[in-house]
Amino acid sequence: MDTELILKVYPYFLQAAVVTIELSILTILLGLVCGALGAAARLSRLAGIRFLGAAYVSFFRGTPALIQLFLLYFGGPQIGIQLDAFQAGVIGLGINIGAYMTETMRGAIIAIDRGQGEAARTLGLSRMQAFRNVVLPQALRLMIRPLGVNINAQIKGTALVSAISVVELTYTAQRYIGSTYKPFEMFLLAGVLYLVIITTVGKGVAYLDRKVRLP
Amino acid sequence: MTQHFVEIRHAQKSYGTLEVLKDISLDVERGQIVAIIGPSGSGKSTLLRAINDLDPLTGGEVWLDGVQVNKTLPHRQYEKHINEMRQQIGMVFQHFNLFPHLTVRENVTMAPKLLKKISDKEANALAEEQLDHVGMLERIDYYPAQLSGGQKQRVAIARALAMKPKLMLFDEATSALDPELVEEVNLVMKQLAQEHMTMIIVTHEMDFAASVCDRVIFMDKGVVVEEGPPEQVFKTPTQERTRNFLRKHLEGAK
Ligand SMILES: Nc1ncnc2c1ncn2[C@@H]1O[C@H](COP(=O)(O)OP(=O)(O)OP(=O)(O)O)[C@@H](O)[C@H]1O
Ligand SMILES: [Mg+2]
Repeated sequence: MDTELILKVYPYFLQAAVVTIELSILTILLGLVCGALGAAARLSRLAGIRFLGAAYVSFFRGTPALIQLFLLYFGGPQIGIQLDAFQAGVIGLGINIGAYMTETMRGAIIAIDRGQGEAARTLGLSRMQAFRNVVLPQALRLMIRPLGVNINAQIKGTALVSAISVVELTYTAQRYIGSTYKPFEMFLLAGVLYLVIITTVGKGVAYLDRKVRLP
Repeated sequence: MTQHFVEIRHAQKSYGTLEVLKDISLDVERGQIVAIIGPSGSGKSTLLRAINDLDPLTGGEVWLDGVQVNKTLPHRQYEKHINEMRQQIGMVFQHFNLFPHLTVRENVTMAPKLLKKISDKEANALAEEQLDHVGMLERIDYYPAQLSGGQKQRVAIARALAMKPKLMLFDEATSALDPELVEEVNLVMKQLAQEHMTMIIVTHEMDFAASVCDRVIFMDKGVVVEEGPPEQVFKTPTQERTRNFLRKHLEGAK
């Protein structure tokens, strides 16, 4: 193994890791927003809105994320959507992970015992008050770990944007392979950096889960 | 216009083709305590839950203190109306349904704070008063998971009472409890009876029904088969179905 080479290139990999982290944060934030909207739609009392929510989930979970990304980045200009690669990456992957998060959030909400909402309504709370004060606080606790799984998948999923030349970790590794012909070292270095990011986030999720756990 | 405090008129409820309540009419006077007994699946819970519109009737009317609970209104107006009605009708469930993410204090104060806009200080005083009433003041800062079943049910009663309801509904409040914990909940209910709270109690405990209730209603297959004072219904039932039920129940209890 060429450790000297690793020491030489690793500052560039660190810079790339920062891009991966930025992509992760932005896609996850967008995913959470889409997930919340999607879950609200899936649980709506209006059939039309429920259908839209279901269609969103089926499309984005039923096609490869890479196809969605290409569709947006390469196909977008044809229908008047001009995005740079980074923007396309954030939007494409954020909406994609939002479909998974929709199902996670919806699952947590419907897992709350029906008696909870009933008890709240019985006291005279409105539907909205019952949801906000009784169902949601319990569902949020329940969704931390499964959202952690979505987040883990999404951090790894940012590697896809290397295919549209966003200079993040995977793309950087490939680029350095081109000049050094040392794929083992380059991919190992990128892998270790992914591992550090994912492990840190995983610990954060576990901490949050413990912190809000009920007695 | 109604003459009675609670009036159920021609209540009818179907789930698809299954008719669960068949033209039930029932009156309860202010301060009265009524027990509803009957075999499993006879529609006791459905009737009780129709009173606060948790399970809306498919026909008939429910009145409380001169106001129709299930009156026909446009959706938004109905929501507002029913929320106001429900504030006057306390309900206690078999499985307590305490809010696990809130402390005992918060369980009791949540609804009054949201709906009556009382201050934190008033809310705390209210919680202390209501929890003292059910003997749970010492556990005010516990979470539901840290309580026994009997304690949970007493907190659930305090939570309902904190809204100062006119009427209390109990759906098998002691059925999910270990036998040794039943008495502490029964005592709280007896105390409410002495304070002249109007109560409708669905129960499988005939002794309890006999000792606190003014009237017993025996339901079977969605109809009221027999009703009357406990001595009469329990000792000299006039209907064959009531006699069968009571006999089976006595055998089961042995
Ligand atoms: N949501 C529902 N959909 C269809 N049928 C229902 C529903 N809820 C209740 N039923 C039916 O209505 C009938 C009456 O049920 P209900 O719960 O009122 O009985 P109950 O007298 O309270 O019985 P138990 O003593 O077991 O609590 C039963 O046959 C039940 O299967
Ligand atoms: Mg029942």
